[in-house]
Amino acid sequence: MTGPGPAATGPDPAVTGPDPAGLPPDPWAALRSLTRARVALGRAGDALPTARELEFRVAHAAARDAVHAPLDPAVLRAALPGREVLEVHSAAPDRATYLQRPDLGRRLAEGTALPPTGADLAVVLADGLSPRAVHEHGPGLATALLDRLPGWSVAPLVVASQARVALGDAIGAALGVRAVVVLIGERPGLSAADSLGAYLTWDPRPGRVDAERNCVSNVRPPHGLTHEQAAATLAALLTAARELGASGVALKDEGPALPAGAG
Amino acid sequence: MTVRRATVGGHTHEFPSLVELLAKASPARSGDVLAGCAAGSAAERVAAQTVLADLPLATFLDEQVVGYDEDDVTRLVLDTHDRAAFAPVAALTVGEFRDRLLQWAAAGDEAAISALAPGLTPEMVAAVSKLMRTADLVAVGRRTRVVTALRGTLGLPGRLASRLQPNHPTDDPLGVTASVLDGLLHGCGDAVVGINPATDSPARTVELLELLDAVIRRYEIPTQSCVLAHVTTTLRALEAGAPVDLVFQSVAGTQPANRSFGVTLDLLAEARAGALELGRGTVGRNVMYFETGQGSALSAGAHLGVGGRPVDQQTLEARAYGVARHFAPLLVNTVVGFIGPEYLYDGRQVLRAGLEDHFCGKLLGLPMGVDVCYTNHAEVDGDDTDTLTLLLGAAGCTFVIAVPGADDVMLHYQSLSFTDVLTARQVLGLRPAPEFEAWLARMGLLGDDGRVRELAADAPAARELLAAARP
Repeated sequence: MTGPGPAATGPDPAVTGPDPAGLPPDPWAALRSLTRARVALGRAGDALPTARELEFRVAHAAARDAVHAPLDPAVLRAALPGREVLEVHSAAPDRATYLQRPDLGRRLAEGTALPPTGADLAVVLADGLSPRAVHEHGPGLATALLDRLPGWSVAPLVVASQARVALGDAIGAALGVRAVVVLIGERPGLSAADSLGAYLTWDPRPGRVDAERNCVSNVRPPHGLTHEQAAATLAALLTAARELGASGVALKDEGPALPAGAG
Repeated sequence: MTVRRATVGGHTHEFPSLVELLAKASPARSGDVLAGCAAGSAAERVAAQTVLADLPLATFLDEQVVGYDEDDVTRLVLDTHDRAAFAPVAALTVGEFRDRLLQWAAAGDEAAISALAPGLTPEMVAAVSKLMRTADLVAVGRRTRVVTALRGTLGLPGRLASRLQPNHPTDDPLGVTASVLDGLLHGCGDAVVGINPATDSPARTVELLELLDAVIRRYEIPTQSCVLAHVTTTLRALEAGAPVDLVFQSVAGTQPANRSFGVTLDLLAEARAGALELGRGTVGRNVMYFETGQGSALSAGAHLGVGGRPVDQQTLEARAYGVARHFAPLLVNTVVGFIGPEYLYDGRQVLRAGLEDHFCGKLLGLPMGVDVCYTNHAEVDGDDTDTLTLLLGAAGCTFVIAVPGADDVMLHYQSLSFTDVLTARQVLGLRPAPEFEAWLARMGLLGDDGRVRELAADAPAARELLAAARP
């Protein structure tokens, strides 16, 4: 659901009058055309009209469901035929704990075993705050990215549940890779519940901070970046990170410019 | 360091420091669990409250929560403490202080409650709030009078003001204007017309300030504008001669948290002096606007007190008010549900925090407002924000924040809608700020019953205002 529709209630006849100012036929529509904000919704007494109220609830419900629908690794496996996929879980046992304890979402569940690979790169598909975003855009972006990195050795793909971005540090360290890219669902807003973010970290290990990562956000075709656009930016960042031996603020300064809104 | 203890249900609970005592006495919330300072059981929480109730209020003048030598917020609070103002409650325990406040509130003795502010410290106020229930916070809040003014007067009895927040994802001038007009047509904007800019660029800040100033002057609206840029950006706008009504800044309750915001007390004083020099007020001289919110210190890793112990987020929030009051602000608001469920998990926690923040801010002498809001990963919805808004209206809250249709399309969170403000005013019999109310009447926006009319687009007032949205 996007912006509001026409106002549902009629005008107050006591305050209507002729139109010497020569306004367009529906000035409320004209006001709405100027912004995505929910302006000129009309009123039912001092509240919103039913139709406008329900539009808002539709958008909020989509965002809520995007946060709470569980990640389904089978969906991701089916969309990644021919690729080896490992599954891990963070130390947050359930969604309620995940939402309240970001520290647990950054650690692997006790007893998690991942094989050391010595590969150049690991790609993690993580639920984050929108499993729906990973379902819809994770496999497409992962495939587009790996297609652009023919010279790189790649560890098995990892699907991570109840994961924060920094869980990629623990995964990357366990796999013994030089770089990790975490594809993770972003916090849903009312206008977008399926936006994916991609975070690149060179030499991943627990304790890395956000300033040591590069981010490409708003992967959400057709409204945001396409998979191909995001993959091209990530591949360029990875190549630059390999030359520099680092990611994050240093890389952003010397590497290719990120597309607008991708920082 | 004094170990304090209480026996509840046959088990003795010990609290080795004031820091732990306050934390464990705090009503449950996710941020204190995350910080590792929350009570481990319901019995431990009430044991801490029992100990706290018997603690002399004056203890907070001698025993610090965050060290005096390490933290300039502590120094500011203690160095400016007014013993004469403290005298009426100096001999009381925290529990007796709660009782006294409730007695004054029941008797309608606003003068007695309101005169305490310079004599109270943030820790005293946080402590007493932890003993109070929802209705206590409302009852005392409503009898704590804080009046401020610049071009309108805020905080008078029977009034509920609003910040009109016309945010736009790209700061587009016409997009911003559309939201401003929609808010004015709903009788909102008497506290401030305040934009969160999409970027912190000084040039953009000046453009937005000029845009808002032009609308306010065109219609002679008795309100003030604000672009909520960083204080250093506003300082540059002041140097450039921009029409700055209010200097905005987010503040927190410890020196390292403020440092993480890029703020020092000197910087705030410098910006305030600059805004005062412009002399843009007509009915008052309060030129600062602060935002705060429980959890901000923890999220910056700047939440530790004496002995390296984590301080609870509600006490730290009250300390932020200790910073704000030093600068005589026109407006202060807590952004109560913005920071996320790891600090306030659900509607119950947001409700409690909003009422605590309003109570503590008012008691410390601040013109306290609340951004009643939530994100989509918190267990909060419009029913919860309705409950909090109506309770805040009953508590005499100075102002709330409203955005078109409750949907902030730039910051991607939900606050109140303009109609939520109308509903709260109608249900509770509250009115806009007096100067703004008179302007609404002059513009033909008020009906005979004092309510904001719903206008047809070709009504004279609507026609006049909507003309500002034409390129």
